[in-house]
Amino acid sequence: MADASAEPALVVRDLVKHFGAVRAVDGVSFELPRGRVLGLLGGNGAGKTTTIGMLMGLIDPDAGAIRVLGHAMPRERDAVLERMNFESPYVDMPHRLTVRQNLKVFGRLYRVPRLEEKIAALAADFELGPFLDRPAGRLSAGQKTRVALAKALINAPDVLLLDEPTASLDPDTADWVRGRLETYRAATGATILLASHNMPEVERLCDDVVLMSEGRVAERGSPAELRARFGCDTLEEVFLLVARRRRASEAETAA
Amino acid sequence: MNALAPSLARIGAMVLRYWYLLSNSWPRAIELVYWPTVNMLTWGFVQLYVAQNSSFFANAVGLFVGGLLLWDVLLRSQQGFAFAFLEELWSRNLGNLLMSPLRPWEFVAALMVISMVRLAIGMIPVTLIAIPLFGFNLWSLGLPLAAFFAALVMTGWSLGLVIVGLLLRHGLGAEALSWSLMFVLLPLTCVYYPADTLPLVMRPIAWSLPPTWVFEGLRALVIHHEFRTDLMLGAFALDAVFFAGALVAFWRLLASARRAGTLLQQGE
Repeated sequence: MADASAEPALVVRDLVKHFGAVRAVDGVSFELPRGRVLGLLGGNGAGKTTTIGMLMGLIDPDAGAIRVLGHAMPRERDAVLERMNFESPYVDMPHRLTVRQNLKVFGRLYRVPRLEEKIAALAADFELGPFLDRPAGRLSAGQKTRVALAKALINAPDVLLLDEPTASLDPDTADWVRGRLETYRAATGATILLASHNMPEVERLCDDVVLMSEGRVAERGSPAELRARFGCDTLEEVFLLVARRRRASEAETAA
Repeated sequence: MNALAPSLARIGAMVLRYWYLLSNSWPRAIELVYWPTVNMLTWGFVQLYVAQNSSFFANAVGLFVGGLLLWDVLLRSQQGFAFAFLEELWSRNLGNLLMSPLRPWEFVAALMVISMVRLAIGMIPVTLIAIPLFGFNLWSLGLPLAAFFAALVMTGWSLGLVIVGLLLRHGLGAEALSWSLMFVLLPLTCVYYPADTLPLVMRPIAWSLPPTWVFEGLRALVIHHEFRTDLMLGAFALDAVFFAGALVAFWRLLASARRAGTLLQQGE
């Protein structure tokens, strides 16, 4: 049996998913070595969310294979879920529960040892103290994101999946969140997959980038490699060039 | 035991989550007692009125109130199960749970536990109120009450499982079933009248439902003071079939939701 600890944190091979006639993901492959941060980019409908859903074991692929920390997903998801976590602004914490109660519940779900100490440490790290006993539904967007990140890190995950973690945040709060993610990665060597539309964020946080278009991997490389390949100054320009290339191709096909 | 410890910890975490919800939200706790009380008062007074005009009903104290209380056990066990799950959809928390180490069967076990907690909060006060007001002590039924209760809760959980499976597959579009599905059974399970009252064509349907056997058993106890074990065995046998069918339906709907990608799209 191969040593699972030697495998990359994420291995995705020839992943395919259809929803009826729509080919949402069409032969996507990539690897994410342990301790690295990968940015998953793409326009709306590019297949990012479906790919993340399959990585989490919430969507069954039609074809292809996924391995997380050496375990096949979704078949062996129970073996890895305690070592993973995720955060998304499109998922909320129960509104009626206080922040402390929410963290207690999720801490118990992840069987976090010395939970009270862990919650106190997270409260200090994420500056949750002033609203730790306030219902989660009464928090501002920035406070909610901080709580969601505290929940995402409560089990000190080896693999962290982030779906647009700074969407709808003001620039100051978004910068603070990025700083916390950098600190966490530096302290733990965790592997992070970041889906985002924020190109400066991706350039700051990610070692590598997979750029998806129409369910396929259109480009991949480090942010610097992609900028050099397209002769652009920023990743945003690269994103726009790829998007326009796709639209031109669609127009040509239609004609 | 050690192999089960992680599962028990996660089930405990989910029960704690729902307990926090109930203890933080007094309207939710009041709602649990409100409808059973209103129903019991209405049917209790109907029974008093009928008993004043009929020697049969005068000698069968608790026929309506007993039926109503057991009907509420059936209804509230299903709703307690399904509503706890709906809380996850309403609060957009399902993704957090499905991405956590919580296994589907542990989620189901937690829903069963919390449905019992909700049932106890709602029903115990009502059964106590019925004693001085209508002279009907449900607790005096003793062991038969435990059998009636277990059979009805099993049916409630079976329907709850199917509803939760449909919610996983179809999202909040299936929410109305949580409120209404059980009421389809109200006329068919013969809560307030014997199965013989139904037209011939409907009787096989009625006898295919576990609660019909329970309510016939209640009438035998209240009217003839006789505990019919044959009726209870029939109820439990049908419950076993219903529960197994509900488990199969739940797993199939969950698998279908994973294929269709609906676990990440839980809106309407």
